[in-house]
Amino acid sequence: MSEAPAKKGKKKFELDPRLASYKGVWVFVEHERGQVHPVSWELMGEGRKLADMLGVELAGVVMGAPGDETRQFCDEAFRHGADLCYLMQDDILKDYRNEPFTKGLTDMVNAYEPEILLLGATTQGRDLAGSVATTLKTGLTADCTGLTIDPDNRSLAATRPTFGGSLLCTIVTLNYRPQMATVRPRVMAMPERDGSRTGRIVEHALGMIEQSIITKVLEFIPDANQDKPQLAFADIIVAGGKGMKRPENFQLIWDLAKVLGAEVGASRPVVQAGWVDLERQVGQSGKTVRPKLYIAAGISGAIQHRVGMSDSDCIIAINNDPNAPIFDFATYGIVGNAMTILPALTESFRQALATARKAG
Amino acid sequence: MHIVVCIKQVPDSAQIRVHPVTNTIMRQGVPAIINPYDLFALEEALRLKDKHGGTVTVITMGPPQAEGALRKALSYGADDAILITDRAFAGADTLATSFALASAIRQIQKNMPVDMVFTGKQTIDGDTAQVGPGVAKRLDFQLLTYVSKVSSVLPEQGQIVVERRAEGGVQLLKSKLPCLITILEGNNEMRFATMPNMFRAARHPVKMWNRESAGISDDDLVKIGLKGSPTVVSKVFAPTPHTDPAEMIEVESGNPKDIADTVLAKMFTRFPAVAKEIAKRA
Ligand SMILES: Cc1cc2nc3c(=O)[nH]c(=O)nc-3n(C[C@H](O)[C@H](O)[C@H](O)COP(=O)(O)OP(=O)(O)OC[C@H]3O[C@@H](n4cnc5c(N)ncnc54)[C@H](O)[C@@H]3O)c2cc1C
Repeated sequence: MSEAPAKKGKKKFELDPRLASYKGVWVFVEHERGQVHPVSWELMGEGRKLADMLGVELAGVVMGAPGDETRQFCDEAFRHGADLCYLMQDDILKDYRNEPFTKGLTDMVNAYEPEILLLGATTQGRDLAGSVATTLKTGLTADCTGLTIDPDNRSLAATRPTFGGSLLCTIVTLNYRPQMATVRPRVMAMPERDGSRTGRIVEHALGMIEQSIITKVLEFIPDANQDKPQLAFADIIVAGGKGMKRPENFQLIWDLAKVLGAEVGASRPVVQAGWVDLERQVGQSGKTVRPKLYIAAGISGAIQHRVGMSDSDCIIAINNDPNAPIFDFATYGIVGNAMTILPALTESFRQALATARKAG
Repeated sequence: MHIVVCIKQVPDSAQIRVHPVTNTIMRQGVPAIINPYDLFALEEALRLKDKHGGTVTVITMGPPQAEGALRKALSYGADDAILITDRAFAGADTLATSFALASAIRQIQKNMPVDMVFTGKQTIDGDTAQVGPGVAKRLDFQLLTYVSKVSSVLPEQGQIVVERRAEGGVQLLKSKLPCLITILEGNNEMRFATMPNMFRAARHPVKMWNRESAGISDDDLVKIGLKGSPTVVSKVFAPTPHTDPAEMIEVESGNPKDIADTVLAKMFTRFPAVAKEIAKRA
């Protein structure tokens, strides 16, 4: 991203005729250990809108080892909105590795010429996007929070936070194709799945031999999932900030979370103080979350925190400072001491649950 | 073993303010720091040097004042420092930046072959994580991103084993030198600058390279700076709060339990989905 806003972006321009053949929107379907990353379907929902605005087709790109699995991923891509899938199957693609995936995706782009290519801003997506964009010598915009089509010139206008979220900027890639962007998980809404949708598959071969690939995967050590927080996909999150004052007080957050069967989240200073694990940090440099209910206790609502959680359906904020920024965007605000409000909330939720249990 | 560490001087974004009227960044008085993730990369490089011997060279592309960041790196124990600075680099996006850095590294290689290039996983101002992969591709080095640990290096065999953070687990990768590694945060605290290193840093000349010394010819002018940047910022604006301010819950009695009950009642009425979600847990 260039730092200075250039006038270039505003004026009318003619697309280099060389690039006129680039058509269609692609979403890279990321998977690992037999699971498609949900960000791919979130992007498919967004890609559908872009493709409809442009009046072009939406394609999924599936790369992996031959077998039923990759075909199923294509079917799922159709159900989430894709019109077609580019499928590349090769044993070499069993595990993610930069070199063969970069070659495979780059070759497909050169062969079928999409105008837009979207990837998840995950460890895999960022690794791949950065090398593919460099190989294709095209523009790539990271961690976008908004994607739309500029009606003036049909180009992709990608909006992303800058300076730690204090400002937003819109970035365009004018005379280069494809226009590439990454988006973090949970930033875009999950589209409705339509079980009856189908589409066509276009197969493309990788054309590489294992011997020519230098980096080898020796082993994959999966995370012990039991105690790994799944913050990004939690429906209820109870989060605490520096306003909880002491690590002992943070127990009040855990207590409420336990009653609600919720995940525990935290602001950055809490993580830095070592009260909870880095995996629990919500915000710009932590996780983006989209729960139905987000309870924030002793959190000021700084922009870096806000960008990670403001898409929650309902936000209850507890803060003893009536001017805390969190009250500017929370749904319900309680001005008061978190140390007394939290136990009261825990009790009220406990009673509500008991009532629901009786009602069956 | 020769390791080049790419660092960037960034404004301490914790201290940046946005002008409320003009929506511009107020940089005055904001201290410049080494991108914190790059310090993890530097520390990892210095550890490998402690173990295997060799040379650590730090480079940065930036304005003349970025020299301060390089001196700091020298005081931690880097052996050599190069500042790539030229007006022609202004306005570079990640593609143009990776071109300039890769050209400079090729120049460095003319004097001493480079076994590894280290970068932080991303910067705190741009946050893109794109420059590392870009430099690797341009140099045709093996790319190993999000490395949490360099498990072993056998410099003679040109072999390396690393742990790489992947979605849902850790990949143990075996690769070959030369490679470019982006370092994940976290394993090692940055060491303190020692007295001798501080004195050495004060005296050691930081090499200043302009476009030509970085090996970029006139033909390549279209690949650097604003010209070499496919992405263009078309608009900068402040996030508009699309939400109304919170409905404040006030209860005469001020009794926490009454307040809690009131919030729950209101919420269950207005958000049936939340009520349903909670009932599911009963
Ligand atoms: C590059 C960068 C990235 C960042 N990334 C993140 C990120 O991902 N996530 C994140 O959260 N932050 C992030 N930050 C930090 C962010 O700017 C704020 O500093 C942080 O969110 C503040 O956390 P806090 O609200 O818990 O603490 P504070 O700002 O200390 O606020 C504490 C709040 O608690 C209230 N309080 C105090 N006592 C009580 C009490 N007894 N009862 C109720 N309320 C009380 C206070 O009124 C205050 O509003 C980042 C910063 C930078 C520069």
